[in-house]
Amino acid sequence: MTTTMAIKVTVNGETRVADVEPRTLLVHWLREDLALTGTHIGCDTSQCGACVVHVDGRAVKSCTMFAAQADGCAVTTIEGLGAADALHAVQDGFWEEHGLQCGFCTPGMIMTAAELLARNPDPSEAEIRHALEGNLCRCTGYHNIVRAIQHAAKGATA
Amino acid sequence: MITTEFSYQKAGSVDEALRLLAAAPDSALLAGGHSLIPSMKLRVTAASALVDISGVAALKGVSRAGDTFRIGASTTHRDVAESADLRSGSPLLAEVAGVIGDPAVRNRGTIGGSLAHADPAADYPAAIIALGAQIEVAGTSGSRTIAADDFFTGTFETAVAAGEMITAVTVPAATGVAYEKFVHPASGYAVVGVAAVVTVAGGTISSLRVGVTGAGPQALRLTGLESALAGKTADDATLRSACSGLVAAGDLVGDHQASAAYRASLVDTLARRAIARAAARG
Repeated sequence: MTTTMAIKVTVNGETRVADVEPRTLLVHWLREDLALTGTHIGCDTSQCGACVVHVDGRAVKSCTMFAAQADGCAVTTIEGLGAADALHAVQDGFWEEHGLQCGFCTPGMIMTAAELLARNPDPSEAEIRHALEGNLCRCTGYHNIVRAIQHAAKGATA
Repeated sequence: MITTEFSYQKAGSVDEALRLLAAAPDSALLAGGHSLIPSMKLRVTAASALVDISGVAALKGVSRAGDTFRIGASTTHRDVAESADLRSGSPLLAEVAGVIGDPAVRNRGTIGGSLAHADPAADYPAAIIALGAQIEVAGTSGSRTIAADDFFTGTFETAVAAGEMITAVTVPAATGVAYEKFVHPASGYAVVGVAAVVTVAGGTISSLRVGVTGAGPQALRLTGLESALAGKTADDATLRSACSGLVAAGDLVGDHQASAAYRASLVDTLARRAIARAAARG
Protein backbone atom coordinates (compact mmCIF):
# COMPACT_ATOMS: atom_id res chain seq x y z
CA MET A 1 0.00 0.00 0.00
CA THR A 2 1.37 3.37 -0.96
CA THR A 3 1.21 6.13 1.60
CA THR A 4 1.46 9.69 0.42
CA MET A 5 2.50 12.75 2.35
CA ALA A 6 1.49 16.38 2.09
CA ILE A 7 4.12 18.89 1.01
CA LYS A 8 4.02 22.64 0.53
CA VAL A 9 6.70 24.14 -1.68
CA THR A 10 7.09 27.60 -3.16
CA VAL A 11 7.88 26.98 -6.83
CA ASN A 12 8.89 29.99 -8.92
CA GLY A 13 7.20 32.24 -6.38
CA GLU A 14 3.94 30.32 -6.30
CA THR A 15 2.85 28.16 -3.35
CA ARG A 16 2.21 24.59 -4.47
CA VAL A 17 0.58 21.99 -2.25
CA ALA A 18 0.66 18.31 -3.14
CA ASP A 19 0.39 14.78 -1.84
CA VAL A 20 3.42 12.84 -2.95
CA GLU A 21 4.83 9.39 -2.42
CA PRO A 22 7.96 9.75 -0.26
CA ARG A 23 10.04 8.22 -3.05
CA THR A 24 8.98 10.85 -5.60
CA LEU A 25 12.09 12.66 -6.74
CA LEU A 26 11.90 16.43 -6.85
CA VAL A 27 12.60 16.37 -10.60
CA HIS A 28 9.72 13.98 -11.26
CA TRP A 29 7.34 16.11 -9.21
CA LEU A 30 8.39 19.27 -11.08
CA ARG A 31 8.16 17.69 -14.51
CA GLU A 32 5.23 15.31 -14.21
CA ASP A 33 2.95 16.91 -11.63
CA LEU A 34 3.69 20.60 -12.19
CA ALA A 35 4.46 20.27 -15.93
CA LEU A 36 7.66 22.27 -15.50
CA THR A 37 9.51 20.33 -18.15
CA GLY A 38 12.33 22.82 -18.55
CA THR A 39 14.18 20.84 -15.89
CA HIS A 40 15.68 17.85 -17.70
CA ILE A 41 16.74 14.34 -16.75
CA GLY A 42 19.91 13.35 -18.56
CA CYS A 43 21.27 10.50 -16.46
CA ASP A 44 20.40 8.21 -13.59
CA THR A 45 23.58 8.67 -11.61
CA SER A 46 23.58 12.27 -10.30
CA GLN A 47 26.35 13.20 -12.71
CA CYS A 48 24.98 15.15 -15.68
CA GLY A 49 23.48 18.25 -14.02
CA ALA A 50 20.64 18.67 -16.55
CA CYS A 51 18.20 18.69 -13.62
CA VAL A 52 19.80 21.49 -11.58
CA VAL A 53 17.31 23.82 -9.88
CA HIS A 54 17.72 26.22 -6.97
CA VAL A 55 16.43 25.17 -3.56
CA ASP A 56 16.50 28.05 -1.10
CA GLY A 57 18.97 29.77 -3.40
CA ARG A 58 21.38 26.86 -3.74
CA ALA A 59 21.94 24.89 -6.95
CA VAL A 60 20.94 21.26 -6.42
CA LYS A 61 20.44 18.22 -8.60
CA SER A 62 16.70 17.68 -8.40
CA CYS A 63 17.21 14.02 -9.31
CA THR A 64 19.08 13.53 -6.05
CA MET A 65 16.50 14.96 -3.71
CA PHE A 66 13.06 13.70 -2.80
CA ALA A 67 10.18 16.14 -3.22
CA ALA A 68 9.46 15.50 0.46
CA GLN A 69 12.82 17.05 1.35
CA ALA A 70 11.77 20.26 -0.40
CA ASP A 71 8.75 20.65 1.91
CA GLY A 72 8.81 24.22 3.20
CA CYS A 73 11.50 25.29 0.72
CA ALA A 74 11.55 27.78 -2.15
CA VAL A 75 12.40 26.17 -5.50
CA THR A 76 13.36 28.06 -8.64
CA THR A 77 13.42 26.26 -11.98
CA ILE A 78 14.57 27.54 -15.36
CA GLU A 79 10.96 28.67 -15.98
CA GLY A 80 11.19 30.98 -12.98
CA LEU A 81 14.62 32.45 -13.68
CA GLY A 82 13.64 34.96 -16.32
CA ALA A 83 10.77 35.73 -18.67
CA ALA A 84 10.66 35.53 -22.48
CA ASP A 85 10.64 39.31 -22.71
CA ALA A 86 13.04 39.83 -19.81
CA LEU A 87 15.73 37.17 -19.90
CA HIS A 88 18.01 36.57 -16.91
CA ALA A 89 21.56 37.81 -17.58
CA VAL A 90 22.78 34.22 -17.97
CA GLN A 91 19.98 33.36 -20.41
CA ASP A 92 20.89 36.47 -22.37
CA GLY A 93 24.54 35.39 -22.35
CA PHE A 94 23.63 31.98 -23.79
CA TRP A 95 21.60 33.73 -26.49
CA GLU A 96 24.35 36.20 -27.39
CA GLU A 97 27.28 33.76 -27.31
CA HIS A 98 25.53 30.75 -28.87
CA GLY A 99 25.93 28.81 -25.64
CA LEU A 100 23.97 25.80 -26.80
CA GLN A 101 23.66 23.38 -29.64
CA CYS A 102 21.01 20.76 -28.88
CA GLY A 103 19.95 22.59 -25.73
CA PHE A 104 19.42 19.56 -23.52
CA CYS A 105 21.99 20.50 -20.89
CA THR A 106 21.17 24.22 -21.11
CA PRO A 107 18.66 24.60 -18.24
CA GLY A 108 21.05 22.94 -15.80
CA MET A 109 24.01 24.92 -17.15
CA ILE A 110 22.10 28.16 -16.72
CA MET A 111 20.91 27.35 -13.18
CA THR A 112 24.43 26.38 -12.14
CA ALA A 113 25.88 29.52 -13.73
CA ALA A 114 23.25 31.74 -12.11
CA GLU A 115 24.24 30.43 -8.68
CA LEU A 116 27.93 30.91 -9.47
CA LEU A 117 27.38 34.55 -10.46
CA ALA A 118 25.19 35.16 -7.42
CA ARG A 119 28.10 34.33 -5.14
CA ASN A 120 30.99 35.31 -7.41
CA PRO A 121 29.92 38.08 -9.82
CA ASP A 122 33.28 38.27 -11.58
CA PRO A 123 34.64 34.72 -11.92
CA SER A 124 37.82 33.85 -13.80
CA GLU A 125 37.60 31.40 -16.68
CA ALA A 126 39.10 28.72 -14.43
CA GLU A 127 36.48 29.40 -11.76
CA ILE A 128 33.70 29.12 -14.35
CA ARG A 129 35.05 25.80 -15.61
CA HIS A 130 35.42 24.49 -12.03
CA ALA A 131 31.82 25.52 -11.30
CA LEU A 132 30.59 23.60 -14.36
CA GLU A 133 32.21 20.31 -13.30
CA GLY A 134 28.82 18.86 -12.44
CA ASN A 135 27.18 19.77 -15.75
CA LEU A 136 27.85 17.65 -18.80
CA CYS A 137 27.41 18.86 -22.38
CA ARG A 138 27.58 16.20 -25.08
CA CYS A 139 27.71 18.64 -28.02
CA THR A 140 31.22 19.69 -26.85
CA GLY A 141 29.87 23.18 -26.40
CA TYR A 142 31.83 24.12 -23.29
CA HIS A 143 33.79 26.95 -24.91
CA ASN A 144 30.68 28.88 -25.85
CA ILE A 145 29.04 28.08 -22.52
CA VAL A 146 32.01 29.63 -20.72
CA ARG A 147 31.80 32.67 -23.03
CA ALA A 148 28.08 32.93 -22.33
CA ILE A 149 28.72 33.05 -18.60
CA GLN A 150 31.52 35.57 -19.07
CA HIS A 151 29.08 37.67 -21.13
CA ALA A 152 26.55 37.49 -18.30
CA ALA A 153 29.19 38.42 -15.73
CA LYS A 154 30.27 41.41 -17.79
CA GLY A 155 26.69 42.57 -18.12
CA ALA A 156 26.07 42.10 -14.42
CA THR A 157 29.14 44.02 -13.32
CA ALA A 158 28.97 46.75 -16.00
CA MET B 1 15.38 4.14 -11.63
CA ILE B 2 12.67 4.66 -9.03
CA THR B 3 13.66 3.67 -5.50
CA THR B 4 11.82 0.99 -3.57
CA GLU B 5 9.01 2.25 -1.36
CA PHE B 6 9.77 3.61 2.08
CA SER B 7 8.15 5.64 4.81
CA TYR B 8 9.58 9.09 5.49
CA GLN B 9 9.76 10.96 8.77
CA LYS B 10 11.52 14.14 9.79
CA ALA B 11 13.37 14.07 13.11
CA GLY B 12 13.51 17.22 15.22
CA SER B 13 16.35 16.09 17.47
CA VAL B 14 19.11 13.49 17.73
CA ASP B 15 17.07 11.58 20.34
CA GLU B 16 14.03 11.50 18.09
CA ALA B 17 16.17 10.37 15.14
CA LEU B 18 17.61 7.50 17.19
CA ARG B 19 14.11 6.49 18.31
CA LEU B 20 12.76 6.53 14.74
CA LEU B 21 15.84 4.68 13.51
CA ALA B 22 15.24 1.92 16.07
CA ALA B 23 11.51 1.73 15.33
CA ALA B 24 11.84 0.24 11.82
CA PRO B 25 13.87 -2.82 10.86
CA ASP B 26 15.50 -1.51 7.67
CA SER B 27 15.69 2.18 8.48
CA ALA B 28 18.33 4.62 7.26
CA LEU B 29 19.24 8.19 8.04
CA LEU B 30 18.78 10.81 5.33
CA ALA B 31 20.79 14.03 5.60
CA GLY B 32 21.99 15.45 2.26
CA GLY B 33 21.14 12.19 0.55
CA HIS B 34 24.05 12.37 -1.87
CA SER B 35 25.36 8.92 -1.05
CA LEU B 36 22.07 7.30 -0.09
CA ILE B 37 19.74 8.49 -2.87
CA PRO B 38 22.00 7.54 -5.82
CA SER B 39 22.47 4.14 -4.21
CA MET B 40 18.71 3.73 -3.66
CA LYS B 41 18.04 4.78 -7.26
CA LEU B 42 20.36 2.03 -8.46
CA ARG B 43 18.56 -0.29 -6.02
CA VAL B 44 21.88 -1.22 -4.51
CA THR B 45 20.34 0.02 -1.27
CA ALA B 46 16.78 -0.29 -0.04
CA ALA B 47 15.33 1.09 3.17
CA SER B 48 11.86 0.57 4.59
CA ALA B 49 12.00 3.86 6.48
CA LEU B 50 14.01 7.04 6.01
CA VAL B 51 14.63 9.34 8.95
CA ASP B 52 15.38 12.84 7.66
CA ILE B 53 17.83 14.54 10.03
CA SER B 54 18.48 17.59 7.84
CA GLY B 55 16.31 19.73 10.09
CA VAL B 56 18.18 18.93 13.31
CA ALA B 57 19.90 22.25 14.04
CA ALA B 58 22.29 20.71 16.59
CA LEU B 59 23.92 18.68 13.83
CA LYS B 60 24.83 21.68 11.68
CA GLY B 61 27.67 24.14 11.61
CA VAL B 62 31.30 24.57 12.63
CA SER B 63 32.34 25.76 16.09
CA ARG B 64 35.71 26.39 17.68
CA ALA B 65 36.78 25.80 21.28
CA GLY B 66 40.43 26.74 21.75
CA ASP B 67 42.44 24.58 19.38
CA THR B 68 39.64 22.15 18.61
CA PHE B 69 37.15 22.53 15.78
CA ARG B 70 33.84 20.71 15.89
CA ILE B 71 31.93 20.14 12.66
CA GLY B 72 28.31 19.01 12.99
CA ALA B 73 27.55 15.85 11.04
CA SER B 74 24.91 17.50 8.83
CA THR B 75 27.18 20.36 7.77
CA THR B 76 27.27 20.45 3.97
CA HIS B 77 30.53 20.20 2.06
CA ARG B 78 29.95 23.77 0.90
CA ASP B 79 29.59 25.05 4.45
CA VAL B 80 32.72 23.14 5.50
CA ALA B 81 34.57 24.61 2.49
CA GLU B 82 33.45 28.15 3.33
CA SER B 83 33.94 27.99 7.10
CA ALA B 84 36.07 30.99 8.08
CA ASP B 85 37.04 29.24 11.35
CA LEU B 86 38.38 26.20 9.53
CA ARG B 87 40.02 28.24 6.79
CA SER B 88 42.04 30.20 9.33
CA GLY B 89 42.80 27.57 11.96
CA SER B 90 42.53 24.12 10.40
CA PRO B 91 42.11 24.49 6.63
CA LEU B 92 42.55 20.88 5.50
CA LEU B 93 38.92 19.81 5.81
CA ALA B 94 37.75 23.04 4.15
CA GLU B 95 40.15 22.54 1.23
CA VAL B 96 39.14 18.90 0.83
CA ALA B 97 35.42 19.81 0.96
CA GLY B 98 35.99 22.31 -1.85
CA VAL B 99 37.09 19.59 -4.28
CA ILE B 100 34.38 17.03 -3.54
CA GLY B 101 32.16 16.27 -6.55
CA ASP B 102 30.76 19.47 -8.01
CA PRO B 103 28.95 22.57 -6.68
CA ALA B 104 25.50 20.95 -6.57
CA VAL B 105 26.88 17.92 -4.73
CA ARG B 106 28.67 20.21 -2.26
CA ASN B 107 25.46 22.15 -1.66
CA ARG B 108 23.65 19.03 -0.41
CA GLY B 109 26.17 16.38 0.65
CA THR B 110 27.22 16.34 4.31
CA ILE B 111 30.40 15.38 6.14
CA GLY B 112 28.63 12.91 8.42
CA GLY B 113 26.86 11.29 5.50
CA SER B 114 30.05 10.93 3.52
CA LEU B 115 31.92 9.41 6.47
CA ALA B 116 29.09 7.00 7.27
CA HIS B 117 28.95 5.90 3.62
CA ALA B 118 32.72 5.27 3.69
CA ASP B 119 33.19 5.13 -0.06
CA PRO B 120 36.80 3.97 -0.54
CA ALA B 121 37.33 6.78 -3.07
CA ALA B 122 35.72 9.60 -1.07
CA ASP B 123 37.90 12.60 -0.22
CA TYR B 124 37.21 13.17 3.49
CA PRO B 125 38.69 9.88 4.78
CA ALA B 126 42.27 10.85 3.81
CA ALA B 127 41.92 14.15 5.69
CA ILE B 128 40.17 12.60 8.69
CA ILE B 129 43.03 10.12 9.08
CA ALA B 130 45.77 12.72 8.51
CA LEU B 131 44.23 15.06 11.09
CA GLY B 132 43.69 12.32 13.65
CA ALA B 133 40.07 13.42 13.87
CA GLN B 134 37.60 12.11 16.43
CA ILE B 135 34.18 11.03 15.24
CA GLU B 136 31.36 11.49 17.75
CA VAL B 137 28.51 8.99 17.51
CA ALA B 138 25.28 8.78 19.48
CA GLY B 139 23.24 5.67 20.20
CA THR B 140 20.24 4.83 22.34
CA SER B 141 22.60 3.68 25.09
CA GLY B 142 24.72 6.84 25.00
CA SER B 143 27.46 8.58 23.07
CA ARG B 144 31.03 7.59 22.27
CA THR B 145 33.96 8.83 20.29
CA ILE B 146 35.78 6.85 17.60
CA ALA B 147 39.34 7.76 16.57
CA ALA B 148 39.88 8.21 12.83
CA ASP B 149 42.41 5.36 12.81
CA ASP B 150 39.70 2.97 14.02
CA PHE B 151 36.80 4.41 12.06
CA PHE B 152 37.10 2.85 8.59
CA THR B 153 36.86 -0.93 8.83
CA GLY B 154 36.37 -1.97 5.20
CA THR B 155 34.87 -0.99 1.86
CA PHE B 156 31.72 0.98 2.75
CA GLU B 157 32.20 -0.28 6.34
CA THR B 158 32.76 1.77 9.48
CA ALA B 159 32.93 1.27 13.24
CA VAL B 160 29.53 2.94 13.62
CA ALA B 161 27.20 0.25 14.99
CA ALA B 162 23.62 -0.42 13.91
CA GLY B 163 21.30 2.03 15.63
CA GLU B 164 24.06 4.61 16.08
CA MET B 165 24.50 7.88 14.20
CA ILE B 166 27.42 10.24 13.64
CA THR B 167 26.77 13.56 15.35
CA ALA B 168 30.02 15.47 14.83
CA VAL B 169 33.66 15.37 13.81
CA THR B 170 36.33 17.14 15.82
CA VAL B 171 39.73 18.08 14.42
CA PRO B 172 42.72 19.88 15.93
CA ALA B 173 44.16 23.17 14.72
CA ALA B 174 46.69 22.45 11.99
CA THR B 175 48.04 24.75 9.32
CA GLY B 176 50.82 22.61 7.82
CA VAL B 177 48.33 20.72 5.69
CA ALA B 178 47.73 19.73 2.07
CA TYR B 179 45.51 17.45 0.03
CA GLU B 180 46.60 16.20 -3.37
CA LYS B 181 43.89 14.58 -5.47
CA PHE B 182 44.10 12.82 -8.81
CA VAL B 183 40.51 13.33 -9.82
CA HIS B 184 38.50 11.03 -12.04
CA PRO B 185 37.11 13.45 -14.62
CA ALA B 186 33.68 11.84 -14.95
CA SER B 187 32.82 10.87 -11.39
CA GLY B 188 34.70 13.56 -9.51
CA TYR B 189 35.92 10.90 -7.08
CA ALA B 190 39.59 10.49 -6.24
CA VAL B 191 41.46 7.87 -8.25
CA VAL B 192 43.94 8.45 -5.43
CA GLY B 193 44.00 11.26 -2.88
CA VAL B 194 46.68 11.90 -0.26
CA ALA B 195 46.35 14.24 2.73
CA ALA B 196 49.33 15.30 4.85
CA VAL B 197 49.50 17.12 8.17
CA VAL B 198 53.01 18.26 9.04
CA THR B 199 54.66 20.22 11.82
CA VAL B 200 58.12 21.56 11.08
CA ALA B 201 60.30 22.64 14.01
CA GLY B 202 63.86 23.92 13.63
CA GLY B 203 63.86 22.97 9.96
CA THR B 204 62.96 19.32 10.46
CA ILE B 205 59.71 17.37 10.53
CA SER B 206 58.59 17.03 14.15
CA SER B 207 55.25 15.42 13.42
CA LEU B 208 53.62 13.96 10.34
CA ARG B 209 50.45 12.07 9.55
CA VAL B 210 49.53 10.92 6.05
CA GLY B 211 46.14 9.57 4.96
CA VAL B 212 45.37 7.96 1.61
CA THR B 213 42.03 7.48 -0.12
CA GLY B 214 41.05 5.87 -3.41
CA ALA B 215 44.01 3.50 -3.57
CA GLY B 216 42.87 0.53 -1.55
CA PRO B 217 39.68 -1.16 -0.39
CA GLN B 218 39.51 1.41 2.42
CA ALA B 219 41.29 4.61 3.41
CA LEU B 220 44.69 3.96 4.94
CA ARG B 221 47.41 5.66 6.95
CA LEU B 222 51.08 5.60 5.89
CA THR B 223 52.66 5.02 9.32
CA GLY B 224 55.89 3.66 7.82
CA LEU B 225 56.43 6.86 5.87
CA GLU B 226 55.56 8.95 8.92
CA SER B 227 58.29 7.36 11.02
CA ALA B 228 60.79 7.34 8.13
CA LEU B 229 60.50 11.10 7.79
CA ALA B 230 60.52 11.97 11.52
CA GLY B 231 63.37 14.38 12.24
CA LYS B 232 64.21 14.77 8.54
CA THR B 233 64.10 17.90 6.45
CA ALA B 234 61.26 18.12 3.93
CA ASP B 235 63.55 18.82 0.97
CA ASP B 236 62.83 17.39 -2.46
CA ALA B 237 65.61 14.76 -2.42
CA THR B 238 64.59 13.44 1.00
CA LEU B 239 60.92 13.27 0.02
CA ARG B 240 61.67 11.62 -3.32
CA SER B 241 63.71 8.93 -1.66
CA ALA B 242 61.17 8.38 1.15
CA CYS B 243 58.11 8.39 -1.11
CA SER B 244 59.06 5.40 -3.20
CA GLY B 245 57.28 2.07 -3.17
CA LEU B 246 55.08 3.21 -0.28
CA VAL B 247 52.39 0.63 -0.86
CA ALA B 248 52.48 -2.70 -2.64
CA ALA B 249 50.28 -2.82 -5.74
CA GLY B 250 48.99 -6.19 -4.55
CA ASP B 251 47.21 -4.46 -1.67
CA LEU B 252 45.51 -1.91 -3.93
CA VAL B 253 42.48 -1.72 -6.16
CA GLY B 254 42.82 -2.19 -9.91
CA ASP B 255 39.80 -1.42 -12.08
CA HIS B 256 38.74 0.17 -15.36
CA GLN B 257 39.85 3.58 -14.06
CA ALA B 258 43.41 2.69 -13.10
CA SER B 259 45.51 -0.42 -12.55
CA ALA B 260 46.76 -1.25 -9.06
CA ALA B 261 50.34 -0.52 -10.18
CA TYR B 262 49.31 2.90 -11.44
CA ARG B 263 47.53 3.64 -8.16
CA ALA B 264 50.67 2.60 -6.24
CA SER B 265 52.67 5.05 -8.35
CA LEU B 266 50.11 7.79 -7.69
CA VAL B 267 50.40 7.22 -3.94
CA ASP B 268 54.17 7.86 -4.12
CA THR B 269 53.81 10.98 -6.25
CA LEU B 270 50.87 12.51 -4.41
CA ALA B 271 52.37 11.77 -0.98
CA ARG B 272 55.56 13.57 -1.95
CA ARG B 273 53.63 16.57 -3.28
CA ALA B 274 51.27 16.71 -0.30
CA ILE B 275 54.07 16.55 2.27
CA ALA B 276 56.15 19.17 0.43
CA ARG B 277 53.23 21.56 0.21
CA ALA B 278 52.12 20.93 3.80
CA ALA B 279 55.67 21.41 5.14
CA ALA B 280 55.98 24.71 3.29
CA ARG B 281 52.87 25.92 5.13
CA GLY B 282 53.64 24.37 8.49
